[in-house]
Amino acid sequence: MFNRRKMLLWGAASAVLPGLCASMTAWADDAVKIGLILPMTGGQASTGKQIDNAIKLYMQQKGDTVAGKKIEIILKDDAAVPDNTKRLAQELIVNDKVNFIAGFGVTPAALAAAPLATQAKIPEVVMAAGTSIITERSPYIVRTSFTLAQSSTIVGDWAVKNGIKKVATLTSDYAPGNDALTFFKQHFTAGGGEIVEEVKVPLANPDFAPFLQRMKDAKPDAMFVFVPAGQGGNFMKQYAERGLDKSGIKVIGPGDVMDDDLLNNMGDAALGAVTAHLYSAAHPSQMNKDFVAAYKKAFGNRPGFMAVSGYDGIHLIYEALKKTNGATDGDRLIEAMKGMKWESPRGPISIDPETRDIVQNIYIRKVEKVDGELYNVEFATFEAVKDSGKTKK
Amino acid sequence: MASILTNLFDGVAYGMLLFVLACGLAVTLGLMNFVNLAHGAFAMAGGYICAVLVNNSGWPFFAALPLAFVGSAVIGVVLERTLYRHLYSRSHLDQVLFSIGLVFMSVAAVDYIMGSSRVFIKLPAALEGQIDLFGVGIGRYRLMIVVICGLLTLALQLILAKTRFGSRLRAAVDDPRAAIGLGINVPQVFAFTFAFGCGLAGLGGALSAEILGLDPYFPLKFMIYFLIVVTVGGSSSITGPFLASLLLGIADVAGKYYVPKVGPFVIYTVMIVILLWRPNGLFGRTAAR
Repeated sequence: MFNRRKMLLWGAASAVLPGLCASMTAWADDAVKIGLILPMTGGQASTGKQIDNAIKLYMQQKGDTVAGKKIEIILKDDAAVPDNTKRLAQELIVNDKVNFIAGFGVTPAALAAAPLATQAKIPEVVMAAGTSIITERSPYIVRTSFTLAQSSTIVGDWAVKNGIKKVATLTSDYAPGNDALTFFKQHFTAGGGEIVEEVKVPLANPDFAPFLQRMKDAKPDAMFVFVPAGQGGNFMKQYAERGLDKSGIKVIGPGDVMDDDLLNNMGDAALGAVTAHLYSAAHPSQMNKDFVAAYKKAFGNRPGFMAVSGYDGIHLIYEALKKTNGATDGDRLIEAMKGMKWESPRGPISIDPETRDIVQNIYIRKVEKVDGELYNVEFATFEAVKDSGKTKK
Repeated sequence: MASILTNLFDGVAYGMLLFVLACGLAVTLGLMNFVNLAHGAFAMAGGYICAVLVNNSGWPFFAALPLAFVGSAVIGVVLERTLYRHLYSRSHLDQVLFSIGLVFMSVAAVDYIMGSSRVFIKLPAALEGQIDLFGVGIGRYRLMIVVICGLLTLALQLILAKTRFGSRLRAAVDDPRAAIGLGINVPQVFAFTFAFGCGLAGLGGALSAEILGLDPYFPLKFMIYFLIVVTVGGSSSITGPFLASLLLGIADVAGKYYVPKVGPFVIYTVMIVILLWRPNGLFGRTAAR
């Protein structure tokens, strides 16, 4: 009796299982899955939301099929905690069998997923994190955002050439802040500039007052600033409150501080700040105007540089799939991505075939009022800037 | 010289702000003997109420400030009547667990409703910039904080020491049973005190948005600062936390200005030294309760 039941069970299982497997492979064949890991909650949530929005917008515009395959996005929230990133990446790769992992709001998150991309041989498209070393950690990493070296070196070069001789620096004391400071210093002092005061502020800094007073007393021509995007507004308000704008001390820095996302809420205090960055919502190309209009219409606010990085990231995935004719072999996809050039809302960009990092124009912009709103208006362009963090080696 | 005075002024303003934010906690912890780690959540509520009124409904800033107080106080009363009341007689660990849970819920709720990015309150032009007083730069906004907080402190001290309500509250704290026997409505006194503390926190939250920044993580980020003020000041009176706030504010600003490399540690060093010297805080009671 017992035996017969067991046999029946086995029989049922063997009848069903092959069918299941067959249907699974058939399904996998015409779908490409992208595991999108972003901080959707927590302090970095605005990064995640921008990227997620931009990808939705892109797929709305271009359709969700490429080279005969349906694109499926699986969004996971890591709250910018690297332990979560690693676990989620593993789940996505092993259980969901994704063909790409993408997103990554902060550097530690991108690094945590790197060994998994190498092991699984699938492309990791970094759409936000900005430290130089990231793309060196796995041959499967491609980046569509930026590196801090790109904007910091350029603003250093620009400052020397434009009559700024003495600079005081104020940077947040964490990896990106230190990166920004080092690269700026190298280029600024190499050009003959002088750093008169160097202050690192703690990351969870409640009040900028004492640091700003120190800046004021040092009487520099300009101050170089890097604080996490969220703190930019508070910083600029206190800068104006202390009358630093009137004492002729300009604010310069990489453009993260003047993120389009927050800029308009900073108030007139921000007027006149000069920053170097990859993208401004006021970039004067037709493509960007369309992009900004579509984004505003869909989500009710202005896209920032994170949105553009996400938009370009999904574009890169689409184009790579077109090139491989829908094949999802990791090595072939990475080969296809190397050296790819295209026109983005931010301007012409390409993927460096050697480092798999992004090559893009860096614009010098000044905060001005356009139609009653604050924008970063571009006035000088440094073309096709590579990541100098790597080109030195 | 001028920059020393400017720093001193900034320190005083920062300390005053800390005081308004934390004195509600001193009241609940010291007078009612309840550990309320969710105190910052009421401050955050006040900040957001003020921001919504000013930015979205076009209220003037000075009209929105009292509403931040009232709004937070109302939230405080509702929570006190429904939740906190049941925990007065429980152990401190239960109170800590309960209130920290409340903090996380408030963070998630605000994140969901208001979004996670920082909120700025649009200020009237009269509050922007600095005025020059004998060569000393005085920020207008900070000056306003000093004035408002100074008046509040005086009023609080008077209420506690001179009014009938003040003596009822002190009686209710010292011996609730005897107080009830004398006809004092102890639960009502506690509820009112709790609400007042929450209201003060709300006002502090609205005032601090400009200087400390306002986002959903506010209660977690500044919990430490509130606790430092209360532990250093001792929680038996209003004077203790007040002096502690001033001391910490000035020490923090001076430390960051003169020794920026170790600046952030100054406030903690001061705390440790004071607690080694006087374990119950500057004005703490010597007898353990």
